[in-house]
Amino acid sequence: MTELQLLTWARGTGLNIALSIFVLGVIWRLVEIYGLGRKQDLAPARHRDGASGWNTILRRSLAPPGLFKRSPITYIGGYVFHLGLAIVVFLFAPHIKLIQGLVGLSWPGLPSQLIDLVTVVTLAALLVVLWDRIVKPVKRYLSNFEDWITWLVTFLPVLTGYLAVKHLFLPYTTLLALHILSAELLLVVLPFTKLFHAFTSFGSRWYNGAINGHRGVPT
Amino acid sequence: MSASLQRGINVLKEVIDAPVASFFNSCVHCGLCAEACLFYLETGDPKYTPIHKLEPLRRVYEQEYTLIGKLMRGLGLAKPVSDAELEEWQPLVYDSCTMCGRCSLVCPVGNDIVYMVRKLREGMSVSGHAPEGIRGAVKRTVEIGSPMGVKWPAVQAVIKHQQAETGFEIPIDQAGVEYLVLLSSMEIMNYPEYLGALAKIFKKAGLTWTLSSTAFEATNAGIQIGTSDIARVIVKRIVDSAEQLGVKKVISPECGHAYMAIRWEGPNLIGRPYKFEVIHVLELLDELRKKGVLKMKDSFDEPLIVHDPCQIVRRGGVLDAPEPLINTVATHYIPIVDKQKMNWCCGGGGGTSAIHTEEAEALRVKAFRIKKRQIEEAGVSTVVTFCANCRIVIEEGFDHYEMNTQLLGLTELLAEHLEDEPEGVAS
Repeated sequence: MTELQLLTWARGTGLNIALSIFVLGVIWRLVEIYGLGRKQDLAPARHRDGASGWNTILRRSLAPPGLFKRSPITYIGGYVFHLGLAIVVFLFAPHIKLIQGLVGLSWPGLPSQLIDLVTVVTLAALLVVLWDRIVKPVKRYLSNFEDWITWLVTFLPVLTGYLAVKHLFLPYTTLLALHILSAELLLVVLPFTKLFHAFTSFGSRWYNGAINGHRGVPT
Repeated sequence: MSASLQRGINVLKEVIDAPVASFFNSCVHCGLCAEACLFYLETGDPKYTPIHKLEPLRRVYEQEYTLIGKLMRGLGLAKPVSDAELEEWQPLVYDSCTMCGRCSLVCPVGNDIVYMVRKLREGMSVSGHAPEGIRGAVKRTVEIGSPMGVKWPAVQAVIKHQQAETGFEIPIDQAGVEYLVLLSSMEIMNYPEYLGALAKIFKKAGLTWTLSSTAFEATNAGIQIGTSDIARVIVKRIVDSAEQLGVKKVISPECGHAYMAIRWEGPNLIGRPYKFEVIHVLELLDELRKKGVLKMKDSFDEPLIVHDPCQIVRRGGVLDAPEPLINTVATHYIPIVDKQKMNWCCGGGGGTSAIHTEEAEALRVKAFRIKKRQIEEAGVSTVVTFCANCRIVIEEGFDHYEMNTQLLGLTELLAEHLEDEPEGVAS
């Protein structure tokens, strides 16, 4: 298989397979999780403004009192790489074109120099949170194979994308193929690993807010 | 697999619901929950990370309710939960978790960790892996009627004594009154002044009330150990008595888990709403304050801080009553940094104070250092709280560290400074 054939496969068949696994996987996992349902709470609710599921979905993005100081790297690193990923995935012009080809929607992107900068910052933030996971006793203690592998499949598409755009180390065709393949790997593993928090964290925050909000506690 | 283990796993399968599934799928192992846990903070040992305490529950979830988990189990690649593992987890699920729920307030993906600890305890207790100390408290509650083994004659003695002391009547088994007052054993044994204080306040407010000879104990050891069947029996005593007497409201005492049990878990345990309302004693007092009934004859002038009991405030939602009540009686109330719903646990909630192994007691004393620091940083020698269990645990902490600090119950503090002359204001 030549580099061009690899790229063609990645763009065609590969993408279709990955997207199918991703979409079906997400639907399957959402049904598997939320289909379990929960019992109605029979205790009469205590109503208080700001104590609800929706409220917690929004508010939990901010550090609760005292927590930022205790774990600044988790918060700063976390914010930076999540926002960075969102920006490079959804606001890089070629990505928007791809999405337009798939679902027909499009929106304006950011200038490529800015995307370059965001990419470098995102890569740096990902390295920092990896370092933090290695050196912080609690994080290292909690970490298993899945934590390292999910870090890698998140890091690789960003890295290969940057290298491809900058034409570094390998021929462009090869790098682009590797970039697309790594992004497909990310799509495939996302529904079946902790990366699925991209979907469930909204549900979890809602439950937390609703369960405690029933008792009148804004969380 | 032993029969008891099988029963435990079955119970865990039953209690796993969509929130639990969502929570486990959301965890990214960021470790922030550890930063909210007093046991981790005071020991620095990562095994006390709250989400880690749930590992057996997570594995049952994964192996029973996910396709991949089932496949792995089918292929013999998944490690089933064993008796040895649950035994190993006992100190993590009981000794080092007071179900204070602080971790549930900080998890960035929104996991309600204490919600899951409560569920894991169901399986732990059924499979025989709950600590001896809590098992004893449960046995006494079921057989004798109270976790400390207090029987009705002991309560009667306290009633008699408090009536003599205060000169106010303490009604027993009176049907048709507005309020049924519940107590906790710890109050009966260690802080009987609470009852006298209430008698005084009720008299002054002109409210009708009663105690019940069949349901005086509000503490629910069934909830602490995690056995819903037993928790239901204990709650049912109160519900039956309250509905027989036909009271409008039941007053939960200054006891954290009692409030959680009767106010929030109770209707779910018995499977229907009550025919009466449950309020916490501080909610009643705050209502009276707003009506202008709680007039003080003088004030408490020493600088003080408040210890907010987890189950009443953070988990129970009695957020607004304590501070105004304190300010009614105290002139030098000092708000601390981590207060109200962000307060630190005393270290002995969730039945933990009933565990008397050497390890558990040593851990509790270590965890208490966080409370000690709060007191020292505020520079006060008075702490006010409103949970009998917190009081016992905090006093043990004071003794251990030889602290010259006094601890007061809020209801008693209010009663002590209440205007003497009864006005008989009707509600």
